[in-house]
Amino acid sequence: MDAILELRRVSKQFPGHRAVHDVSLAIPGGAFFSLLGPSGCGKTTTLRLVAGFETPTAGEIWLNGQRIDQVPPYQRNVNTVFQNYALFPHLTVQGNVEFGLRRTGAADMETRVRRVIEQVRLSGKESRKPSELSGGERQRVALARSLVLAPDVLLLDEPLSALDPQLRKQVRSELKELQRRTGVTFLFVTHDQEEALSLSDQMAVMNGGAIEQTGAPQELYQRPSTRFVASFLGAMNWINGCGVRPEATRLSRQLPQNAVLSRRGAVSRSTFLGSHLHIEVMLEGGEAVVAQTAPGDSAFERGEAVHVWWSADDELRLP
Amino acid sequence: MRPLRSWFIAPSIVLMAATLAIPLAIICVYSVLTRGAYGGVEWPWTFENYSRLLDTLYGAIFARSFGIAAVATALCLVLGFPLALFIARSGSRKNLYLSLVILPFWTSFLIRTYAWMFLLRDTGLINTLLQALGLIRQPLPMLYNNGAVILGLVYGYLPFAVLPLYATVERLDPSLLEAAADLGARPITALARVTIPLSAPGIRAAAMLVFVPCLGTYLTSDLLGGSKTILIGNLVQNQFTASRDWPFGAAVSILLIAIAMALMLAARRHGPDLV
Amino acid sequence: MNTRMKVGMKKSLAVYAAAAYAFLYLPLLILAVFSVNASRFSVWQGFSARWYQAMLADHDLLESTANSLIIATASTLLATAIGTLAAYALWKRSSTWLSGSLYLSLVTPEIVTGVSLLAFYQWVFRYLHLQLGMHTVVLAHLSFSVAYVVLVVLARLRTFDPALEEAALDLGATELGAFRRVTLPYLAPAIAAAAMLAFTVSIDDYVITSLVAGVDSRTLPMVIYAMARRGVNPVLNAVSTVVVVALGALVLISERLRAS
Repeated sequence: MDAILELRRVSKQFPGHRAVHDVSLAIPGGAFFSLLGPSGCGKTTTLRLVAGFETPTAGEIWLNGQRIDQVPPYQRNVNTVFQNYALFPHLTVQGNVEFGLRRTGAADMETRVRRVIEQVRLSGKESRKPSELSGGERQRVALARSLVLAPDVLLLDEPLSALDPQLRKQVRSELKELQRRTGVTFLFVTHDQEEALSLSDQMAVMNGGAIEQTGAPQELYQRPSTRFVASFLGAMNWINGCGVRPEATRLSRQLPQNAVLSRRGAVSRSTFLGSHLHIEVMLEGGEAVVAQTAPGDSAFERGEAVHVWWSADDELRLP
Repeated sequence: MRPLRSWFIAPSIVLMAATLAIPLAIICVYSVLTRGAYGGVEWPWTFENYSRLLDTLYGAIFARSFGIAAVATALCLVLGFPLALFIARSGSRKNLYLSLVILPFWTSFLIRTYAWMFLLRDTGLINTLLQALGLIRQPLPMLYNNGAVILGLVYGYLPFAVLPLYATVERLDPSLLEAAADLGARPITALARVTIPLSAPGIRAAAMLVFVPCLGTYLTSDLLGGSKTILIGNLVQNQFTASRDWPFGAAVSILLIAIAMALMLAARRHGPDLV
Repeated sequence: MNTRMKVGMKKSLAVYAAAAYAFLYLPLLILAVFSVNASRFSVWQGFSARWYQAMLADHDLLESTANSLIIATASTLLATAIGTLAAYALWKRSSTWLSGSLYLSLVTPEIVTGVSLLAFYQWVFRYLHLQLGMHTVVLAHLSFSVAYVVLVVLARLRTFDPALEEAALDLGATELGAFRRVTLPYLAPAIAAAAMLAFTVSIDDYVITSLVAGVDSRTLPMVIYAMARRGVNPVLNAVSTVVVVALGALVLISERLRAS
């Protein structure tokens, strides 16, 4: 797959604060690509640079073989779904979705609008105003409004964060479906690693304005290249200078025969999380680790002495 | 985005230059020129206009203006504060009561001033009523004096004082009053020792907002004040019309605007962001 | 004991407030009542519409009212346009010079604004060979009404989500297009409210207008002022009532629009 969007050594400097530093990305066409990172890591700024609301202080942005970083937003073939959707309050659903097409006076405007409204399953609600819609419906209008313009890349700025937690999972899978059906390249920004891991074909983790690692979700999770990526994508135990995931950390009262890597400790707390247990253990050396076990496994008591062991394959040696 | 904004801001900048900056600059210049033979101004420049202001005659005018403005302001504050309290504590009808206070202010200032002429003059309503009731035999001279001017100013600017007072009182934390009550304070005590001291910045701001226009008033003193009540505003108007002494009028104007600005700047610094 | 005192205080405040509102409204109500008094004096002698009839027959009054309406309409249209654009520009990026001048225009005593404009006009007219007239009044009115428009529109802009404009740009509109199609509709009620306010202050202005109006452009306030100075004139009560009711209605509508 060719890269439809390329960022080449892009930097953005604000007075007194470097938001994006030397970022390079190659986003394949038709992919669901996520930018993951904590707040303030520069992911939203990166998105705004692609959209055209900011101009890079260094570097180039290429879309579909053309350089766009100096082009104003209304001349770029990318569209944005804003975090709070930014629907025009004085226009109906129909008016909002048509907005971008009105300028071009496209002949098949009505058909295109109708089709995309069907795609996001809002048919029948065309004459409603945004204030009359639910959060999920508003998001779908925002999607429709952008998709009807057939952008090369659709930019999504934390679109799920404004929704109820219950709604989030459902909308998440709908979003993935939509991307698959339309085939449009999605550039998705989020701070939620679960979202990024479950939705993306490819993803990049950002921290402090720079990219820490890029690749497929599984690759980043199982073979993180930095400590930050390792801890950010999931909980991590750091023992003997190496990282071990809680689900790979085993507990038992007696040490099994074949266990080579192990430490001794005492159970400090046990938390029931529904589908699994988190058992916190204080090791003799002073480190605190968490082991994830199935609820059916043997129950441990507070203060009980246990052996913590893991296999060499599950170790991650990171700088 | 910048080009569009430059176009948008241009008309107002030109307007402000033409109607504010340049005229005031001209007045500044005139204030140090000499009076022309047929009115207007002439070149020999001088500070005489400003030194004239030190004359006791003008000192009296300034003192009278300050005095009247101070009394009117004080009355506006004293009368306006309880009203602001009432509105702030009236729950759901707050906006209604507030609009009812603001409404008179926006209708004609001129007519509201005339209303007091109608009421206070020798053949006016009040005198007619008092005579009809047999309380007095001769009409009371209620018009064309300092008192009438103060009354007119209070009537005109009371709503203007209530707004910032209301804004201050409304922002007060009600739990403070509850704490005072909890510690044994009666409502009157809580008012004096909690509400009023905490409202002090807002009261100062309201005072400035009322004092400055009162100081520069022209219409009220002209209609309600008669020939004995010449204030700064009347002095300025006189110099530019009947007396045809533009340079002197300009000097008085500059002094007036300097005082007004100084007061407003002081209010901004010490008061909340209402001014 | 404490609750009783609290209630007592509430009651006293209410009584006081009633008295205060009466103070504010009674003088105007009295004018209205006496505008239908058959007698020309302050003694009541039955209802009569004669003062209203006299008002409608007064040529001077009608002509000055027409002048006032023309001036107010012209200055309102200009002030609203200039002020709205200025408010938008200030919202995008503040300008101490402009904000300062607008503030100054509100704080300067009217008499000073009036004489300075008079001096300005006389100086300009030496080179342009013009005279004082309706156009000088309109310009003078702009000096103070633009500030009111900016205040009202800026207040509304502060509740406007800038992301809406970005969304418009994102969807292909230019800056001007975004302003026209997204921001302006949002501002519409505030613009209307501001226009009404500008109209009200223009209609009522006496001090500045009297200094810069020419011989041929007497306004309603100037005629009212002359009538008030001349002494008892019951027609003035009729005029006052009409003006107060009209402006009052306008202000009420303006407040409603602002609240929406």
